[in-house]
Amino acid sequence: MDSFNAVVQVLDSTIRLSVPLLLACLAGLYSERAGIFDIGLEGKMLVGAFAGAAAASVFHSGFIGLGMAILISVAFAMVHGFASITHRGNQIVSGVAINFVAAGSTIILGQAWFQQGGRTPALQPGERFEAIVWPGADALRDVPLLGPIYSELISGHSILVYFAFAMVPFTWWVLFRTRFGLRMRAVGENPAAVDTAGISVAWLRYRALICTGILTGVAGAYLSMVQNGGFVKDMTAGKGYIALAALIFAKWRPVNAMFACLLFGFLDALSIRLQGTPLPIVGKVPVQFMQALPYVLTVILLAGFIGKAIPPRAGGVPYVKER
Amino acid sequence: MSTPYAKLPAWADYGLIPLINLSVAFIVAGFVVMLVGENPFRAAVILVEGAFGRGTGIAFTLYYATTFIFSGLSVAVAVHCGLFNIGGEGQGYIAGLGIGVVCLAFDSVLPWWLTFPLAIIAAAGMGALWALIPAYLQARRGSHIVITTIMFNFIAASVMVYALVDVLKPAGSMAPQTRNFLPGAELPKLNWIIELFGAKIRSAPLNVCFILALVMAFLVWLLIWRTKLGYEMRTYGHSPKAARYAGISETRIILIAMVISGALAGMMALNPVMGDQHNVALDFVSGAGFVGIAVALMGRSHPVGIVLAAILFGMLYQGGAELAFEMPAISRDMIVIIQGLVILFAGALEHMFRPYIQALFASFSPKAVGIEAVKGKGA
Repeated sequence: MDSFNAVVQVLDSTIRLSVPLLLACLAGLYSERAGIFDIGLEGKMLVGAFAGAAAASVFHSGFIGLGMAILISVAFAMVHGFASITHRGNQIVSGVAINFVAAGSTIILGQAWFQQGGRTPALQPGERFEAIVWPGADALRDVPLLGPIYSELISGHSILVYFAFAMVPFTWWVLFRTRFGLRMRAVGENPAAVDTAGISVAWLRYRALICTGILTGVAGAYLSMVQNGGFVKDMTAGKGYIALAALIFAKWRPVNAMFACLLFGFLDALSIRLQGTPLPIVGKVPVQFMQALPYVLTVILLAGFIGKAIPPRAGGVPYVKER
Repeated sequence: MSTPYAKLPAWADYGLIPLINLSVAFIVAGFVVMLVGENPFRAAVILVEGAFGRGTGIAFTLYYATTFIFSGLSVAVAVHCGLFNIGGEGQGYIAGLGIGVVCLAFDSVLPWWLTFPLAIIAAAGMGALWALIPAYLQARRGSHIVITTIMFNFIAASVMVYALVDVLKPAGSMAPQTRNFLPGAELPKLNWIIELFGAKIRSAPLNVCFILALVMAFLVWLLIWRTKLGYEMRTYGHSPKAARYAGISETRIILIAMVISGALAGMMALNPVMGDQHNVALDFVSGAGFVGIAVALMGRSHPVGIVLAAILFGMLYQGGAELAFEMPAISRDMIVIIQGLVILFAGALEHMFRPYIQALFASFSPKAVGIEAVKGKGA
């Protein structure tokens, strides 16, 4: 029973750790499917986290915080769009720029506004999103097997966790069952064809980036208002890049994205759990090995050893109307 | 890359437009300073005085610039070949491992002028190796080099944490770093050059790596514009199709360009490790690899521009430290914002002001912007 509880705990923290990855990964999915590479997921998450925590602690409301996180994150996404769609700049360069501006400005403004070394004030209850306890979770806790699964894994997460997982089928539906999704996929594969059909390539791509901004904003809000009770500088710590890796790992598909993020979250949870404990057969595994594993796996996948990851064909190429 | 824009005179292309882009970046940065509640003009004065006001400041500025010249050249060499090497950070970091091993092995037996060449080889070799794998994957397996080099940055970070904490850390020490090097692996300082001009210097880390950086800048210029290899790289960078048609091997040119780029990125580790700290510590690169992107963009990927841009960023780093001291609301992270804005305006938005400048030029002399030529082609 002890080992079973340990497994449930690891899976529970897997869910918690994979939620920001999942949101960022789906965010990247919208923009990359529309043909805009987005290295700036990291930066947008970071400004979202900062804006969310800052607004929540100033206005004493979690939902105002969430709204602010989304607003600022979308604003950064629009800067990316302005550079890479309107001015046809290099999308990777623009993404890198956004990451730097985000990393610097969150620290400078945080320090200037709150004077706590780049942190925002610790959020009080009511300013952050509390865990939702499902009906009967406490009563069922002692039921063998199903009890812990229901009360630990399914119940007891914040609303943003359920939102993240609900976004998976929703994104699938948008992408493969709506006109907008069809056009978005087309604009990522062959923008000239979309243009010929009389649809604005730029406006479609801007709309995709708005979706990206919303989701990275929620991802940031999750980090600073659910996982942590406030903003800490550089709190994304490379999660935006892991999300990017997960996106490639998932071959730009929403359901695969969920499994990729759960896998990377599981590796993270496992590396925290196994810190210093020897494993059977292989002996003691260095923590760093587990931390590097998502990146190594992505490189191996990219190398074409586990199937082939084929990105949207027009990705990274600014669209120039023929004349 | 096809540029749908008409030509401008060279001085406007390489002087005026970068200058306008840079000014806009600094104006926006000025607004951030205002948002924080400080006076941007006073901040600028403190920044420049801190960087160039005293001998020590100049020496520090040039010390930082040394690292940025290496990382800027690294990005530029790849850019000329049409590749975006975002992995300079990891290549420089992992090179620290090579330098560390060489220094720890030889610092007690060899003088610095023998350790230094060995360390250069180790640094360049490790950096090149770390760039070679993504290059191979790009050339042969078609995986996007930007993504693989980002992944390799993280893998390098994990490898270095493991190496420093579990392998190279001396027994009984708590800090995750190697032991301090003996004088056999300490590079001589160059502060006497600045003292020749009559300035006084109190312990600044400017060292012979600065000269190495300038030599490398010259060699990169030679490579790109005066050799067959450089010509092939530029050809591939402008048009992979044309290069293929001309019989240039795609695999070979990508591998060579990335190996050179990685080697240059690796060499940037020499400056802090052997010239200043005299040990290999956790996170000693601290973003210098990414600064290289801004430096290369601002310097228009030309070695002369890169040296100038590197000195500008050296100034920001040194002056930024002084600024943080004078205006507590502005920490050194202000530089990260400026860096981001420079990358945004000089890189991603480099064409934003072009049409206006073109219109301006056209109103003065239509010939200068090649309006007639373009009309003639019916474009």
